[in-house]
Amino acid sequence: MTEQTMTVSLPTRGVGLGILQTYGVYLAIIVLLLYNFFFTPNFFNIGNFRTQFVQVVPALIVALGMALVIGTEGIDLSVGGVMALAAAVMPLYIGYGLIPVVMIAIVVGGLVGVINGSLVAFIGVQPIVATLSLMVTGRGIALLIAHEQLVSITDPTILAIGRGTVVGIPCSMIIAVVAVLLIAVLVNRTTFGKQLIAIGGSRRAAELSGLPVKRILLMVYILCAVLAAIAGIIGTARLGASVPSTLGNLIELSAITAVVVGGTPLTGGQVKVIGTIAGAALLQFISATLNQHNVPDAYSQIAQAIIILFAVYIQRGRLAVR
Amino acid sequence: MTIEPPTTAPLPGSVEAPVLEARGVTKRFAGVTALRSVDFAVRPGESLALMGENGAGKSTLIKVLTGVYQPDEGELLLGGSIAKFARPLDAQRAGISTIYQEVNLIPLMSVAQNIFLGREPRNRFGLIDFTKMVADARGLLDVYGIDVDVRKPLRSLALGVQQMVALARSVSINARIVIMDEPTSSLEAREVETLFSVVSLLREQGIAIVYVSHRMDEIYRVAERIVILRDGAVVRVGQLSDIPRVELVSLMLGRSVEKVRRSGSTAFSATNASTAPPVLVAEDLSRRHQIDGVDMQIRPGEVVGLGGLLGSGRSETLKAIAGVMQLDRGRVTVDGKPVRSGSVPAAIRAGIVMLPEDRKAEGIVPNLSVRDNIVLAALPRLSHAGFSSRRNQDAVVEVFMKRLHIKASSPDQIVSELSGGNQQKVMIARWLAMRPKVLLLDEPTRGIDVGAKAEVQALIDELAREGLAIVLVSSEVEEVVEGSGRVIVLRDGSIETELQGADVDEEHLLAALAGVNE
Repeated sequence: MTEQTMTVSLPTRGVGLGILQTYGVYLAIIVLLLYNFFFTPNFFNIGNFRTQFVQVVPALIVALGMALVIGTEGIDLSVGGVMALAAAVMPLYIGYGLIPVVMIAIVVGGLVGVINGSLVAFIGVQPIVATLSLMVTGRGIALLIAHEQLVSITDPTILAIGRGTVVGIPCSMIIAVVAVLLIAVLVNRTTFGKQLIAIGGSRRAAELSGLPVKRILLMVYILCAVLAAIAGIIGTARLGASVPSTLGNLIELSAITAVVVGGTPLTGGQVKVIGTIAGAALLQFISATLNQHNVPDAYSQIAQAIIILFAVYIQRGRLAVR
Repeated sequence: MTIEPPTTAPLPGSVEAPVLEARGVTKRFAGVTALRSVDFAVRPGESLALMGENGAGKSTLIKVLTGVYQPDEGELLLGGSIAKFARPLDAQRAGISTIYQEVNLIPLMSVAQNIFLGREPRNRFGLIDFTKMVADARGLLDVYGIDVDVRKPLRSLALGVQQMVALARSVSINARIVIMDEPTSSLEAREVETLFSVVSLLREQGIAIVYVSHRMDEIYRVAERIVILRDGAVVRVGQLSDIPRVELVSLMLGRSVEKVRRSGSTAFSATNASTAPPVLVAEDLSRRHQIDGVDMQIRPGEVVGLGGLLGSGRSETLKAIAGVMQLDRGRVTVDGKPVRSGSVPAAIRAGIVMLPEDRKAEGIVPNLSVRDNIVLAALPRLSHAGFSSRRNQDAVVEVFMKRLHIKASSPDQIVSELSGGNQQKVMIARWLAMRPKVLLLDEPTRGIDVGAKAEVQALIDELAREGLAIVLVSSEVEEVVEGSGRVIVLRDGSIETELQGADVDEEHLLAALAGVNE
């Protein structure tokens, strides 16, 4: 009732800001690449790019799910906990082979999504509260399962997910590309995607139009958790060990940053899949650039925080237009 | 803080120097001229009406006067000297207050806190003095005869009362000019009377009133002078007593007086009775504190008005039928088949659709395109195995944009950029795309301009003729009377009476609304 009238008084944005909102992330990537082209030795070679890509895969996959949740005006802080849980259950079923291990990790992750989604959709808990509690308990349970132990994984089929290649292309890269394609189709070409975005735009209008709002919200949180579980599997396979204590630590921050920097507003009603990829890539390039110039890792986290502030600041202008 | 008794009461309509004046104000947005060299002046103690269709520039002018926008050309004069408002706060500090049609306060805060927001009384420790705040708030509201618990959160009050609180707030900030933007659109008749008495109280104190409304009765009651805008320019300034209603309408529309007179003031044709068996049967609809034992039968092809004051349960009745509201008792059938109560999807599947009252909050999805808004409800039907089909969507969108004359640059235009009237048409299109049997309309023409209003009214007529069963809720007596074949009148959640045939006129309806027995 009041929100719409209040935004009117904010100043309208200039043309420059509009370009930044839409293309800012791509501009930033280009600037970074140019910088590295001139100042970082050995940056521009296939091997390095391949390394970068493989490193970004888990964050990218988590960010895709996060983009869906944010599109519904929600947020999922539990993605790191889900990754830890997925990692923790993998050694327990390692004897059954690749497929059962992967399935169980995904189902366990998905269960977290069911809890998140149920709390948000049916009980009406605010997303940040619901997922915050699972962010903590998810990792807690993971540590209980693993007895706070690091378990190394030797099954070659599982390790292949993280380290193997198919005709020269890393398996994790293939999984990421498939995930991107599926999410892009889901968002842009399906009824589900359109409905999800409408819910983010105006939940009340969606309800009054007869949309299955609760079911869609539940599905979105399950999808996000399943994607996080897949990221957990890939991360574990790459490390060659189940490390529930650290795997996916702060990944929610990277994922949210990638989504927001990519142009998906925190207020929902839009999902930018390509933008999310660009956002994840930008974060990866920043940390790689700092890394290759021997800047400590902590600085890249500071850089990340500044970027998310800046991205949200830019988006504020976009909202004020409405 | 209470209102001081007037010391020097200026004569109404005096030729005093204007307290606020705009000279040659021009405002452009990305090449579109919203205001074209507008001159505007309001004097102390005067009540000035500002009228015009949507898009005439009323809102823009108000926003210039209140510092939301800065004029591209021209200047504002406050008490004779040039004033520049860089932001709304500047205008507020200069004594210009605005009452919007939508209450612009903080729902979760108490009434008292809202009234004194930003200027809370302090005790000697510099902390908020709640005792004094509550007492002052009570004193202030007493002046206007508003009896509420000022410690309760604002949102617990009826919308009309919330608005009176907003008014009390702005007046208590020593306003010299109060701009009222459609202040009565959510008020009950009784509250409108209170508002009018407050307006005269304010005028006695020398406060200038700028009154914006679509309702002509009010304009003639409240205002003495009028400024009429059309296409961003002033087309007439004058005493209201010199301008008959028909001329006023024709000035706003830019149409000839004769034409307006011939077509009447609403666009409804003669209403038709239907003899077909009822498509919608609702029995004993009840929900505690809201509606009690409401029955109705609607036949295909008829428009049934649902009359009642605010709080009579008319919107609630529609919500009950549409599955938006859970019921304690009662059942709804469509073509004899029961509809699961309390489920919007079930109601929609049965062919019942509802145009909600609050278009902005409950109707449109503001950031989506016209296309996405139109197909929102029909999406599953326009899809193949869950994949949305652009071709199917375009076919539907094209049909309805053409049929309802939706003015948008393209189906991809963002719906919030459209005028209120066109947004409403998008909403109607969304429901017609579902091929409904029963159309429930809650205030279908509220807050939309005169032209779009006529189009929507004509459309309601046409849809009924095509066999749709329509229930019409409107707070405009004229619209209910001219649009409906019969009128069910609700009072305090129950059916008071039903008007049929020759009894469907303003006189009988007003008597029924007021609960006067004939």
